[in-house]
Amino acid sequence: MNDVLNNLDVFVRGFRTTVSLTLLAAVGALLLGTLIATMRVSPVPPFRWAGAAYVRLVRNTPLTVVFFLVVFGLPEVDVKLPFFRFAVLALSLYTAAFVAEAVRSGINSVPPGQAEASRSIGMTFSQTLRLVVLPQAFANIVPPLASVFIALLKNTSIASAFFVFEGVQAMNQLINKFGNAVIPIIAAAALGYLVLALVSSFLFGLLERAVTAGR
Amino acid sequence: MTTPVLYDVQGPRGRRRVLVSSVIGGLILLGLLALAARRLAANGQFDSDKYKPFFNEPLLYRRLWEGLTNTLHAAVYAMVLATLLGVVLAFGRLSQRRFLRLPVIAVIEFFRGVPLLLLIFALFLAFPIVVHTDLPALWALVVALTLYNGAVIAEIIRAGVQSIPKGQTEAASAIGLSRGQTLRIVLLPQAVRVMLPALISQLVVLLKDTSLGFVIGYSELLRTGGQLVQVLRNPLQLYILVALVYIVINSCLSALAGYLEGRQRRTSGKTPVAVTQVETGIGAV
Repeated sequence: MNDVLNNLDVFVRGFRTTVSLTLLAAVGALLLGTLIATMRVSPVPPFRWAGAAYVRLVRNTPLTVVFFLVVFGLPEVDVKLPFFRFAVLALSLYTAAFVAEAVRSGINSVPPGQAEASRSIGMTFSQTLRLVVLPQAFANIVPPLASVFIALLKNTSIASAFFVFEGVQAMNQLINKFGNAVIPIIAAAALGYLVLALVSSFLFGLLERAVTAGR
Repeated sequence: MTTPVLYDVQGPRGRRRVLVSSVIGGLILLGLLALAARRLAANGQFDSDKYKPFFNEPLLYRRLWEGLTNTLHAAVYAMVLATLLGVVLAFGRLSQRRFLRLPVIAVIEFFRGVPLLLLIFALFLAFPIVVHTDLPALWALVVALTLYNGAVIAEIIRAGVQSIPKGQTEAASAIGLSRGQTLRIVLLPQAVRVMLPALISQLVVLLKDTSLGFVIGYSELLRTGGQLVQVLRNPLQLYILVALVYIVINSCLSALAGYLEGRQRRTSGKTPVAVTQVETGIGAV
């Protein structure tokens, strides 16, 4: 127990990286995912196909394989980045597929009358989507997006296997150092993730209330 | 495809515009592919020695097959055990006794909130300390997968049971069935049909998660691929092959889930349990 309390700074350092991995990958996934969702509902067939293919391929690939392809595959084509950036890239690419699904189901949940009305006053596809559908879809996107991002938070732990010092690697380092306090160290790491998950769940709850209250 | 609502059904001019933007969009996408291909070619990724092993190394496929068998073993064991655990937890979760329900909720939320990788490490490292025998890598992986997926399946079952109309429960208690009997004889059999698509989708998640076994040295498909890369030095090609194996298996499972979901909708008009809602995280407490 004392070994945990005396080395709290190691955990703090690790979980700080966990948080920044999560936030950076969330931004990346949100941008790429929204782009893919837009492609999937667009009137241009090649974009629709490309979007659907991306979601289909990535959703069915384990995140670990995505990590292997990014971390060991990209250097083969002379793309060399620090491991932290590789991890952000892998997490963004993977999570984008799930974000795209959440955004698309949100778009589909807006009553068709809304899109029909905006079309009948002469709006184009991008105006309909940008001004009418997406703002309303947002309220329906928040709950599934919340679970996607909490899954992302847990998924950042996989970066520990690819040379990124985050929560789980902090745990492993302490376990290697203090072999007789394995269980308290693991419990502390689990607690760290639970706290982060609860906090983000709470924040998304606030966001959800704010979004639905505005209607 | 369903009739689009986001844009008008195009007239002659609109069709021409879509055609033009299709061609341009297609060219952009092809251009991106061409750029990627040039990059690959410039780094010798199309050289024949990167592909030769796929044609003249029968051992490669034998090794990958062994890896795949190990992956499937872990997945099948974990799925069976997780379903059993899920049913037990769901009974506790749906119980009307508070002293039973609250601890079960805590257990479910704990295992859904903690990263699977941490569970795997925890079992692999802590088990020998508590029990004084080593836990084989396969079982560390299977138990971790069981705990996480059992918690998720319990939530799927709960959503399934709660989607059954209330009249069923009332009718059951009117003929004198106890709460447990109602659940076992009346609600669960009906809920299974509603839950099936979500359960199969969870199997996809589980199968993908078996790849985490590589961190504790379990020789599943991905780790085997990694070992082959050490010798053959073609990471891109080999990991893409490994990814394709996962994609093929998972696409078949997803297609099955989609088919069952569609049939459910057509025959009973009931909406099946939404997969994404229970799949991940502690979103809905």
